[in-house]
Amino acid sequence: MRTPAFILILTAVAAALYFAFNLVGNDYLFFAGYTVLQYIVLATAWNILGGYCGYVNFGSAGFFAIGVYTTVFFYAVGQSIEEIFPEFLVAPMQAIFPIPVPVLIVIAGIVAGFVGLGMGYLTLRLRGVFFAIATLALTVVLETFIVNWSFVGGSRGAYVIPPNEVPIFGHFIQFLFALMLILVIVALTTSRLIERSKLGVGFATIRDDELAAEASGVPTLRLKLVATVVSGALMGMAGAPFPYYIGYVEPGSAFSLSYAVNSIAMPMIGGTTSWVGPLVGALLLGTLQQVATVTISSAANLLIVGLLLIFFVIIAPRGIVGLIQDRWRGRSKS
Amino acid sequence: MSQVTSDTMTAPLLHIDQLGKRFGGFVALDGVDLSVPKGQRLGLIGPNGSGKSTLVNCICGTLQNETGSVTFDGQKIDGMVAHQRTHHGLARSFQLPRPFRSMTVAQNIRVPLLYTVNARAGTHLSHSELDDRCMELLKLVTLDAKAGKYTTDLTQVEMRKLELARAMAAEPKLLIADESMAGLSHSEVEDIVALLIRMNERGVTIIMIEHIMRAVMTFSQRLVVLVSGKKIADGRPEDVIQDKEVVGAYLGQ
Repeated sequence: MRTPAFILILTAVAAALYFAFNLVGNDYLFFAGYTVLQYIVLATAWNILGGYCGYVNFGSAGFFAIGVYTTVFFYAVGQSIEEIFPEFLVAPMQAIFPIPVPVLIVIAGIVAGFVGLGMGYLTLRLRGVFFAIATLALTVVLETFIVNWSFVGGSRGAYVIPPNEVPIFGHFIQFLFALMLILVIVALTTSRLIERSKLGVGFATIRDDELAAEASGVPTLRLKLVATVVSGALMGMAGAPFPYYIGYVEPGSAFSLSYAVNSIAMPMIGGTTSWVGPLVGALLLGTLQQVATVTISSAANLLIVGLLLIFFVIIAPRGIVGLIQDRWRGRSKS
Repeated sequence: MSQVTSDTMTAPLLHIDQLGKRFGGFVALDGVDLSVPKGQRLGLIGPNGSGKSTLVNCICGTLQNETGSVTFDGQKIDGMVAHQRTHHGLARSFQLPRPFRSMTVAQNIRVPLLYTVNARAGTHLSHSELDDRCMELLKLVTLDAKAGKYTTDLTQVEMRKLELARAMAAEPKLLIADESMAGLSHSEVEDIVALLIRMNERGVTIIMIEHIMRAVMTFSQRLVVLVSGKKIADGRPEDVIQDKEVVGAYLGQ
């Protein structure tokens, strides 16, 4: 299937989903759906570095939080225009602020992309578990930085008040939900494009054998930097609308370990070698967690993730997609 | 005057000057000089730990040499990373085969075609040309029947052939075959030697590192012996294997 057709189908599915939710007319559906969509973006982004290149990133929460705090920062600037800017700039600034959420998403993507590039330069000579530890350390560094930065709330946290209504969409949550749907389309299309391109072949050689990749002429270091930038940028974009969604953020929630764990577990459970895997994993695990939050308790979420991860590592190490591929291949052989 | 002209005429493809490499206190290469003219089939032998693989790694950029320099095709390549050297026309196979395990045999061959051949100025192979080139290379190493198989389904000798075909796919000027025959049977060894000679007939200069003397003697036009990081002999294979120092190094004094 060609990329335009793929985008068209995704858009149709997304639109159908949106209108179906609208028909039910319950805002809770949008709130729950938003979280699942956010995990689809995070898992897909993680998979570009973790699944395609084989570099396990434990710092998803850090990149997500960069997106979150980009929004918080610009919101805080918008709140105190008169104190920050000289008098002649106040009027034009008041026209610009508050910056619309779609623009914030783009800015967050750029910021997180740069941090991804920096992380790449600092850590990519490390491999395996050492790389994972370094990314975890990066998250701790970022969190410490945010905790000590009072302009964005520090450890107190910050309130971000969303407007009640938006034109066309109605409730603000419906607007955010629609934005997340678009982000999902962007993430899945990017991931699928990479998988089928020369870049995807290069990523796969890095995952399989870096020495052999270099000997075949693959510029491994450069490709790894591309992966960290794209992966980081998508994670940052997923985080940008979050303050508007939740209304109040503090470092503990923005840097929550559950983002790191989920964005690793979802591709692992779904399958890491194609764009379908993270989508399947995030839909399954994300929905399950939403159901568990309502029926049991949100504390059960990580337990569910852990149990499913163990189950899949034993039963289907290549994830659901791998399991289905094996079945299909086995049947065609016999 | 005539000396100068003949020098430029036969400027070596690979020129190694006083190459040195240490690992901590261990001297792996101790000032090695070596010049390889275009089109030659060179055999490189030496006991285990004599520095053969280190020499290959330094030439190919997997390791960086500490002293001395490597000139390839008229250009100093010290400091270049491995993939740049591959782009310049230096290819290698690995002692232990390192296939891309998530790919089929044909997809393995495609990697250097995409990343080396297509990255060179003036070449851009289309999808069908890439497929043709893959099959042609697989025919050369008689693996064409296995094109769609995953590398886990290959036998040892097939894995070695894939390794050589992938190196050849980069269209190298110089191919370094690092122990491509270790652990293979008699007929398999002959198979690989014949394959390397076929590759040489296509105009590729080849350095072969090998322990199997029968293969070395069939293949080599020139033989170099490395012992404890030093070159102790260099010349016609028949002469070199009768050299007292070489015999001593292999059999013990």
